[in-house]
Amino acid sequence: MSTNELNLPDFNIPSELDGKVAITTLDRVYNFGRRSSIWPMMFGLACCAIEMIAAQAARYDMARFGMEVMRPSPRQSDVMIVAGTVTKKMVPAIVRLYNQMPEPKYVVAMGACASGGGPFKEGYNVVAGIDKFLPVDVYVPGCPPTPQALVAGMIKLQEKIDKQSISKVRWYQKGGDSVEVAVPFLGPDLIDPRRIPEIKAKAAELATPSAQNAPEK
Amino acid sequence: MESTHKSNMATPVLTETIDLAAKFPGRVTPDARPGYSGWMVAKEALVEVSTAIRDELGYDLLSNVTGVDYPEQSKLEVVYHVYKTTGGPALTFKTQTERVDPAEVPSLVSVWPGAELQEREAWDMFGIKFTGHPDLRRILMWEGFEGFPMRKDYKEPFHEEDNKPLKSRWPEGKHSYAEARNPYGDNIMFKPGFDPEKWTPTDPEEALYAALKKYKTEEKDGIKTDHIIVNMGPQHPSTHGVFRAVVVLDGETIVSLKPVMGYLHRNHEKIGERNTFLQNVPYTDRLDYFNSMYNAWPYALAVEKLMGLKVPERAEYIRVIMGELSRIQNHLILFGMLWNDLGAYFTPALYAFEERELILDIYEAVAGSRMMCNYQRFGGVVRDIDEANMKKIKDLVFERLPRKIEEFDRLLSENEIFVARMKGIGYLSPEDAVAYSVTGPTLRAAGIPYDIRRADPYGIYDRFEFDIPVRHNSDLLDRYLVRVDEIRQCLRILQQAVKQIPEGPFLAGKPQYQVRVPAGEVYGRVEAPKGELGFYVISTGKGNPYRYHIRTPSFINITSVEKMCVGTKIADFVTILGMVDIVLGELDR
Repeated sequence: MSTNELNLPDFNIPSELDGKVAITTLDRVYNFGRRSSIWPMMFGLACCAIEMIAAQAARYDMARFGMEVMRPSPRQSDVMIVAGTVTKKMVPAIVRLYNQMPEPKYVVAMGACASGGGPFKEGYNVVAGIDKFLPVDVYVPGCPPTPQALVAGMIKLQEKIDKQSISKVRWYQKGGDSVEVAVPFLGPDLIDPRRIPEIKAKAAELATPSAQNAPEK
Repeated sequence: MESTHKSNMATPVLTETIDLAAKFPGRVTPDARPGYSGWMVAKEALVEVSTAIRDELGYDLLSNVTGVDYPEQSKLEVVYHVYKTTGGPALTFKTQTERVDPAEVPSLVSVWPGAELQEREAWDMFGIKFTGHPDLRRILMWEGFEGFPMRKDYKEPFHEEDNKPLKSRWPEGKHSYAEARNPYGDNIMFKPGFDPEKWTPTDPEEALYAALKKYKTEEKDGIKTDHIIVNMGPQHPSTHGVFRAVVVLDGETIVSLKPVMGYLHRNHEKIGERNTFLQNVPYTDRLDYFNSMYNAWPYALAVEKLMGLKVPERAEYIRVIMGELSRIQNHLILFGMLWNDLGAYFTPALYAFEERELILDIYEAVAGSRMMCNYQRFGGVVRDIDEANMKKIKDLVFERLPRKIEEFDRLLSENEIFVARMKGIGYLSPEDAVAYSVTGPTLRAAGIPYDIRRADPYGIYDRFEFDIPVRHNSDLLDRYLVRVDEIRQCLRILQQAVKQIPEGPFLAGKPQYQVRVPAGEVYGRVEAPKGELGFYVISTGKGNPYRYHIRTPSFINITSVEKMCVGTKIADFVTILGMVDIVLGELDR
């Protein structure tokens, strides 16, 4: 980072110390470190994963922005790029992977499927977007997004990181432990544990004769 | 080296006519429904008839097994397509069963072991119970899922209308979210009165672990040893996506292995049967997402056959050019990823991606998208190749790619570590390869020169001069070398094609959104880079396919993985799986 980026403009540094001393805030240094080494999880679901690999390869070279270290283990990664269609059979594993990531952690939904189901939304085994389960930071549109689009999305994530403050981030708050999402499980259909009471009430309501006679739509 | 490993398989001419009905009177009848062909076999005689088809008639390769649901006739049908590995057209036979639960059909795993996963799929999707199947479990959905999704009366939670195009939302201009149509506000459906709190979870994995080979723990020299079960995937860097394999290990040696799939089951077939014929073309791109240029070809072939469309000359050439470029980049990526799996992390892959980007540039210029080209149409292609792109292609196929392939070969193929890791590993005997319905380079590395471009030519492949590369050791190294040779042959085809391509129209008739497809059934297949890719389409003369089944090479080639892996080390499993060349979009569909 050049001194100009790091320095706060309000402080004048004597010319003999120029380039040797910088006066800045803790937030800036902290965020600079984090945003310059975002390690994505090596985790591809579908077609978008191939464009994610292409973005890592020579021509697009995400390493220029400090995002080249793909980690196969969630324990070592900072950002989960959900690259592809999320299916009901796969979503328990994805949520478990997210829970295993240490804070600070981010989620990028890459492509139409991960953002909202995409062309496969109507399918019986498809989850209409990973944001039904995980908090998404950046959505990258496209089917699949080009490598440029993914790089642009990751730069947006960097901008988001730049705006965070060490005194306010949730992982340094009192009692603010790592965010855990309840892992959905596979029953007769996908069951989200957070919605069990709701599902129970609705199923009971549908079982009453009046609901069966009433038009559905 | 090259000249000794090729086959000049000639296209066979079929002279004999087969009359199964005369051979098995009373048990086999011709399928007389209009537009249909093949034979209807009584299900009691199925095993006997298929054994005769295999042994007496010589149809040794079971290509495709699928179910079809006919609720009006209250029947469930199973369709089989079999081929000879010496070439020639298909023999189609079918069997029907009453549409009651359980609908039972005898399993053909004892005749063609390659039926194993396909029959499991038919059980999962249609609820057809195959008696005598060694391991009949759900395959794409999970154990415990309610309903058989491919039956015609199954409606998805987000079901809107039976068929597309959906009713116009104008003039009111109202739209609604799919979530609003579902009582649970999400893509889920439960029986009325379902209580998630009282529901006792049955472990969906239990049946899977029960299906693994049983083993005995033993005591050797006073040390108690045990086998361990390792789950690889669905999130594992070497499984090329969300594939999962459960392996039983004795030390490092694989004792038993079960593939687990469905983690990317995107319901192509169900969506495809709601779509109009043309709407399916972009979906085919997302099957094998490396080869979107090749995937729609068999589908276009199938529908063109039903429609009786003649594809213009130029379009045929464009299909060959795009298809063969696709094969080159597919194999290059495979090599890159193979080296990744072997431990040479990413450097060879970077070389592979460099060439791939150049081919994708052409795709992007011609079709508008790098990966999902949506390029084929019924009766041709959607856009022409202009002069500038033609020049780019010529530069690639005459100058750059031949040089680069040799560079790849020189740099990598004789590397000592590479050869040590590849030679003699993952053997599959030619008999087993055919029995397990393996197609593509894996079959050709086992010494069987079966390539559909020669065995049952489509398009204009009969015009080009090229060889079918064959190797005989059937190990990983041979599978690799067959692919290297195949790239050289692709270049030969390409060089002829770009020289010969005529001027003229690139699409028969005028472009239309809604095509009229006469009623009937058809099976179109091509030699895709990964093996035989086929589309089984039934039309009832309406706007949507009645049945739309995709026979994908990845899915069926995976049947033989256990056979290849047992006895090898766990580290070799990664390489063996890599060389089967699976892609998950196609494996799970």
